Amino acid sequence: MTEDTIWAFVADAPRQASDIGGRMLPPRWGYLNQLWQPLWDTLNIATLGTLIGVIIAIPVAFLAAGNTTPSRHFVRPMALLIIVTSRSINSLIWALLLVAIIGPGLLAGIVAIGLRSIGFVAKLLYEAIEEIDENQVEAVRATGASRVQVIDYAIIPQILPAFWGISVFRWDINIRESTILGLVGAGGLGLQLQSSLSTLAWNQVTVIFLVIVATVVVSEWVSAKVRRAVL
Amino acid sequence: MSRDVLNPLTHINISNGKKTVLELKSLSKTYKTGDRALTDISFSVPAGQVVGLIGPSGAGKSSLIRCINRLVEPSSGSIYLGETELTKLSGRALRQARRRIGMIFQEYALVERLTVMENVLSGRLGYVSGWRSFLRRYPQTDIDQAFGLLERVGLGDHYNKRADELSGGQRQRVGIARALEQNPELLLADEPTASLDPKTSRQIMRLIQGVCREMNLPAIINIHDVVLAQNFADRIIGLRAGQVVFDGPPSALSHKALTCIYGAEDWDQVQQSSESQNDEFLFSNAKVLELT
Repeated sequence: MTEDTIWAFVADAPRQASDIGGRMLPPRWGYLNQLWQPLWDTLNIATLGTLIGVIIAIPVAFLAAGNTTPSRHFVRPMALLIIVTSRSINSLIWALLLVAIIGPGLLAGIVAIGLRSIGFVAKLLYEAIEEIDENQVEAVRATGASRVQVIDYAIIPQILPAFWGISVFRWDINIRESTILGLVGAGGLGLQLQSSLSTLAWNQVTVIFLVIVATVVVSEWVSAKVRRAVL
Repeated sequence: MSRDVLNPLTHINISNGKKTVLELKSLSKTYKTGDRALTDISFSVPAGQVVGLIGPSGAGKSSLIRCINRLVEPSSGSIYLGETELTKLSGRALRQARRRIGMIFQEYALVERLTVMENVLSGRLGYVSGWRSFLRRYPQTDIDQAFGLLERVGLGDHYNKRADELSGGQRQRVGIARALEQNPELLLADEPTASLDPKTSRQIMRLIQGVCREMNLPAIINIHDVVLAQNFADRIIGLRAGQVVFDGPPSALSHKALTCIYGAEDWDQVQQSSESQNDEFLFSNAKVLELT
């Protein structure tokens, strides 16, 4: 719809679509055998990345929550800055940077997913911490409990359901994101997608799409199950 | 209106020469917002005495008992628990002093997602190390005591339930067991019956009174229900606008005294219905007693 739009191409679109559609079918099922390893890589990127993200996000969330932060004027803004930085950069961009820094492969993907997850998990977790019932905290403090014991007995039980819900939800998102990280060289299914696209092997692209859809459906089912179990 | 303390009996008389457990000396509290919650509060509580702290909403009852275990920081004055000056403590010493003061809360304040047993054992947190409490590995004596207390408050079979599965009255019983698990020298209760129905309220008050008698444990109970206070306390302290305006036995709580604490009201009606009172508490009382 801009001046640069080449209307001849637009007019051509239906024919191009049916052409590509035609080449995508039938799927080349034999290609599946080459996808198991990248699929496994993708699952590992998502799971390990989520794990790293969550482990770092927990302390960040406690430092960011107004009711648990040791200092409102210094530590809290720092923690919030970490959260914003992590959240404002897309996984794909993180991966692009990390492939340049630590080289192509799974590790770059894992770290990219991890860095992006810190902000998401920490933000939702610190909001959960700020919403806890302070009466329970007061009651545990009144017994003479130490700071760590107060967190252990009064805060953690209250945020545990939110914590599992957030973590599994992020894992579910990460499965989807990690399927495309390979486009920039960070390993997994995306790598196969890129090579199939660049060799115009459309019937392989179809197989990859179907694998991605199946994986996402399964991960969503798992995440829904887990969230129902903990709430 | 006179601000003089209506003190028909000096508390030396009330305390009967028993050992003083808690002593407050000209305690004051002013919040950062400038609200003056407490002004120059002084009294002492001997062993085994159940004190009913009454007064209108906003009179400073909650602030007062929270100053005692320093959940609220007093602005000036001093508080002694036995020989210990609570107002001078900080850090570890303060936590160790808090172990000696059991507290019961209005909304029970149990950790809802932990079991009844974990809630009762949390009364020992000040005594066990961090890793022990983290692994829930309490000394056997603590566990035996917890079972005993649950039995005492009538919840022997419920130890493995999650706290949020219990009814209000049951939760408050767990709250009482948690406070007693500390082996406290003093019990503080902040409106322990405010969220309970009239019958359960009386049962809970009777339970608190009972354990205080058995253990010779002094208690300060914030309570807005004058009739309950009169029935279950040995001594009534009336607060008004952060000052003690009455201090004496429940029988001395005359119309004049009630008017001094709460302001003018038809006290005859209140007392009349309190005379006809039994375990099936009349709801109409509650209405009359809503004096806020």
